[in-house]
Amino acid sequence: MVTAASGWSVATSVAVVTPSDVLNALTHHGYLPDDGLTTAVFLALELQRPLLLEGEAGVGKTELAKVLSTWTGGELIRLQCYEGIDASQAVYDWDYARQLLHLRAAEATGETAGRSSDAVEAELYQERFLIKRALLRAISHGDGPPPVLLIDEIDRADDEFEAFLLEVLSDFQITVPELGVYRATTPPIVILTSNRTRDVHDALKRRCLYHWVEHPGFDREVAIVRLRVPACTDLLARQVATAVESMRALNLYKPPGVAETIDWANALGRLGVTELDERSVATTLGTVLKYREDHHRIEQHGVAKIVKQALEHGKQQG
Amino acid sequence: MATMFGTRDGGEIAVAFSRVLRGAGVDVPTSSTIAFGEALAATGLNDRDTTYWAGRATLVRRPEDHELYDRAFRVFWDHASATVELILDDEPVHVTLAIDDDTDDDNSGADQAESADDPVIELRFSATEVLRQKDFAEYTPDELVEAQRLMSNLRLVGSPRRSRRLTAATRRTARPDLRRTIRAAMRGGGEPIRRYYRQPGTRNRRLVLLLDVSGSMEPYARALIRFVHAAVAGRQKVEAFAMGTRLTRLTRELSSRDPDQALRQAAIRVSDYGGGTRLGDGLKVFNDEWGQRGMARGAIVVVLSDGWDRGDPAVLAEQMQRLHRAAHKVVWVNPLKVTPGYAPLARGMAAALPFVDAFVEGHSIDAIEELARVVSDTTWQPRRVTSPDRHVVSDTTRVGADWRP
Repeated sequence: MVTAASGWSVATSVAVVTPSDVLNALTHHGYLPDDGLTTAVFLALELQRPLLLEGEAGVGKTELAKVLSTWTGGELIRLQCYEGIDASQAVYDWDYARQLLHLRAAEATGETAGRSSDAVEAELYQERFLIKRALLRAISHGDGPPPVLLIDEIDRADDEFEAFLLEVLSDFQITVPELGVYRATTPPIVILTSNRTRDVHDALKRRCLYHWVEHPGFDREVAIVRLRVPACTDLLARQVATAVESMRALNLYKPPGVAETIDWANALGRLGVTELDERSVATTLGTVLKYREDHHRIEQHGVAKIVKQALEHGKQQG
Repeated sequence: MATMFGTRDGGEIAVAFSRVLRGAGVDVPTSSTIAFGEALAATGLNDRDTTYWAGRATLVRRPEDHELYDRAFRVFWDHASATVELILDDEPVHVTLAIDDDTDDDNSGADQAESADDPVIELRFSATEVLRQKDFAEYTPDELVEAQRLMSNLRLVGSPRRSRRLTAATRRTARPDLRRTIRAAMRGGGEPIRRYYRQPGTRNRRLVLLLDVSGSMEPYARALIRFVHAAVAGRQKVEAFAMGTRLTRLTRELSSRDPDQALRQAAIRVSDYGGGTRLGDGLKVFNDEWGQRGMARGAIVVVLSDGWDRGDPAVLAEQMQRLHRAAHKVVWVNPLKVTPGYAPLARGMAAALPFVDAFVEGHSIDAIEELARVVSDTTWQPRRVTSPDRHVVSDTTRVGADWRP
């Protein structure tokens, strides 16, 4: 399907013409973006540019890529960055063990006799000995919808890798010296995430669209919980969202993100809780808060206070 | 809104808005302007919110700039009347950071001051020697400039740690290097006679410098900021922050190699220079926003402060404990430590000390050199403090001596 506006569209039943198409599609697949993220995703698709997402842990940066993949039908290719990641782990590597075996086999059967070493070598560098890693797979995908390339936690990789990534993301092509140039017919949809442990280089940022993902507001968080945890009633979702919101205001080491809210609602659902009470909060707090000091702070503040607030606010509008 | 701009196309508007944004202090490269133009072509100009978000996705690259963007957006798109005010508002508060504008004539002042009948070289040498031990607080502006030169020669490098990146090994290890082995075999007719191996390389630890810029630190901060600049400009993995009534990240401002420009930029950023200190709150912001996410993890964190704190010592202790847990090593540089009979009586200093791995002086160039040594010390091993009560600093004067091997 080709849309009039761009001459290109993600191969899906949803044509992307306006940002609201993006909103509908993402919502349909279980992700509720705010206006900013909607526009950013729309532009990333429309301008075929990588999208760099930064924000607190657990606000749904990685999740977006997953949902984009289910929506567009493109394969999700994830590259988790870590210190020391290099081209042989991110782009391609040769299957040396197989090459060696092949060489020995050829020798044993006498195939190599009388042939130049160049000819033997050429035989070893064929595509069947090539191990394609995430970046090359994303670029050399065949027909069908373009894959969604998730480059996760780019700030964990080192500068050398970033510079290299810049090259790939600029041209969407990769050269394998022995085989030639791989070029993407349709560029993949690229999502980069960063936790800001260090600044991503400006040159790379310039290639990308940028969006800072915020914690959702109350209503959107309720909607997200309802969407992701179908077993959770509206009342419980409101109470959970209120409780999480009051926790975020408590100056914690790690304020809970949406991921924690969803986990918590899930846990409560599993335990058959239909309405928050002190006991259910105390026993499931570990799904929301992951620091001992934060647990202390909540205890000092009083679980009862949080529950009371949650019940009141939950009813008020529920 | 579309009618507002009449026949102008997205490109012109993009350029015009980018200029307003630059005027507000946001760094907007041309490529971003082009991207914004493309974005406007894709979204159209009919919806204010979409235009707002399109601009934010293409023109802004860090959350610190969101506020400036919002103001510029209101002025440009909503015809907020404050065009002039905007510029004035953002006019940075010029605070004196003891940047000497007459730095161009270098050290001529110091030289002229010397008596004429001594050989110049010797004089310079001895002047330098004296300067090295002189207290920063007693520096003249000329001496500050000379000190800057000395400090820029200083290499501040975090101690090395094992890296995940593998490098070629010269001996047999548990990690065969198949790529090199095969390549070599190919040259030798397919027989892998010579085998190659790899081993983990080393990397230097990240260095985080937290400089107290409160009023009590003022005599030292003007020299120490030069030291911080030398460290940041010298290499890649140094992060710098100013701590006063609030926390300001200075890494970008100080990364310019030109010290005058760097210090000017830093002065523009730091609006609370010479104010009060709330060390605990400053550290909390650092831990929350940067440290815990990864900047402090495995890093060497250097706090440059006299430990005078107006905040609650309990907060400072708690935040120091947090910092100590994430960091590889916490170094506290206190310019007052050298004072005869000094004991860390400042409540803040006393609260922080249990979580400090090395407590060093910071009043002179010699002291700063010692700091560089402590920071790159490879023999030091981390020590874990579980609770402040268990670690009792009995003889404070010996703390520094003890912890220096």
